[in-house]
Amino acid sequence: MGFKGRDVIAITDFTPEELLHLFNVAKTMEKYCRSRLELLKDKILALAFFEPSTRTMFSFQTAMHRLGGSVIWFSSSEATSIAKGENLADTIRMLSSYADAIVIRHRFEGAAAFAAEIADVPVINAGDGSQHHPTQAMIDLYTIWRERGRIEGLNVGVLGDLRYGRAAASFIYAISMFKPKKLYLISPELLKVRSEVRDYLESKGVDYTETTRLDEVIDELDVLYVTRVQKERFPDPAEYEKVKGSYRVDLKVLSKAKEDLMILHPLPRVDEIALEVDNTRYAYYFKQASYGVPVRMALLALVMGGIE
Amino acid sequence: MSETSRELIVSKIRNGTVIDHIPAGTALQVLNILGITGREGYRVALVMNVESSKLGRKDIVKVENRELKPEEVNKIALIAPTATINIIRDYRVVRKVKVKLQDVIEGIIKCPNPNCISNLPREPIKPKFRVVSRNPIKLKCVYCGRYITGDDIARQLH
Ligand SMILES: [Zn+2]
Repeated sequence: MGFKGRDVIAITDFTPEELLHLFNVAKTMEKYCRSRLELLKDKILALAFFEPSTRTMFSFQTAMHRLGGSVIWFSSSEATSIAKGENLADTIRMLSSYADAIVIRHRFEGAAAFAAEIADVPVINAGDGSQHHPTQAMIDLYTIWRERGRIEGLNVGVLGDLRYGRAAASFIYAISMFKPKKLYLISPELLKVRSEVRDYLESKGVDYTETTRLDEVIDELDVLYVTRVQKERFPDPAEYEKVKGSYRVDLKVLSKAKEDLMILHPLPRVDEIALEVDNTRYAYYFKQASYGVPVRMALLALVMGGIE
Repeated sequence: MSETSRELIVSKIRNGTVIDHIPAGTALQVLNILGITGREGYRVALVMNVESSKLGRKDIVKVENRELKPEEVNKIALIAPTATINIIRDYRVVRKVKVKLQDVIEGIIKCPNPNCISNLPREPIKPKFRVVSRNPIKLKCVYCGRYITGDDIARQLH
């Protein structure tokens, strides 16, 4: 299976078989999360974070260090020449001449695909715009695979901002590749998925339902993927106040949940999952976060040619 | 409608272009794309909503002393994918081409998504779309994945 030299722009660039291969490698990498391998000894990874994200950045840095490689990086536009007028294309060209692969995070949609056109080395999308965050989606699927033993045939709910939230959109694309039994898209009217996503679900023959009510479907779910509903998305603050309670996961709504429901969240969380949920058997989001490094180690090792 | 009865509506042109089989009601948009205002001085004939065996109703545009550039033909394909273009020299059709909507459309229309990288000024990037559906027309931005449909396209080409 050919990961070597490939760009990672969207989760849909990969087949389910390729993702399962990645997961098997990631499982091996779990053993080396506290040591230092020499797989990418002479390699340099560039981290181009045009939009800051401490979590994702640390995760990639740690993964690269554990593989024995080095990292060059910048974060956010303020501190760099980007603010002084250098464009994305020139920055990518420069990094491409130094590094063996480039990780990019950018506010604009399609930035990673554009960077991949410019760069001579593989480009990995660490989130661009509102639709794609493929490495997060890999971690999400890995968590289900690792903890549940399979990804196919589950009842999966995705809650929150399905329109502007890149983790949610990316996860919907990802889970749809693994034939969910049923997919529940749970969001306020304003934040429903885009028609592009709906077309994708239809092309994949996914059985899905759109609803505004978590409490009406919670008892069906095997997996609940939670993202935040941001106040800023609502033109009318009163509208936000009216709906916000319906998208908060707490013990009350979970009283109807299946025994083995898994709750996932890309983190950081604000108040969309009540703290009281953390100590329940449903909470898998800290485990999920801990899989960030081994999954990214596996991906970097495969793409940068450390392993087949 | 037969060739002779069409003559009743618009006389033949000596040199120029006849754009036939335009979907009924879009001839004005075709003139817009070509940047024809009517003040250029050459003869322009516009026939709208005539019977057509293929389309039911269709529009026809005749422009004297003007042959279309390939990029103009590509633009016409976006709003009138059924159109045929006849190049006329000395009253005779010397070339007849059906417009063809390319699989990838580059640089003609902009992505409707303001947050798309292709809309950033100062980047060496051209908007690029892949055809999702031809009838009705629906294109998808290669960069951000957003759709653009017939109405948006027509609005942009004005
Ligand atoms: Zn776009």
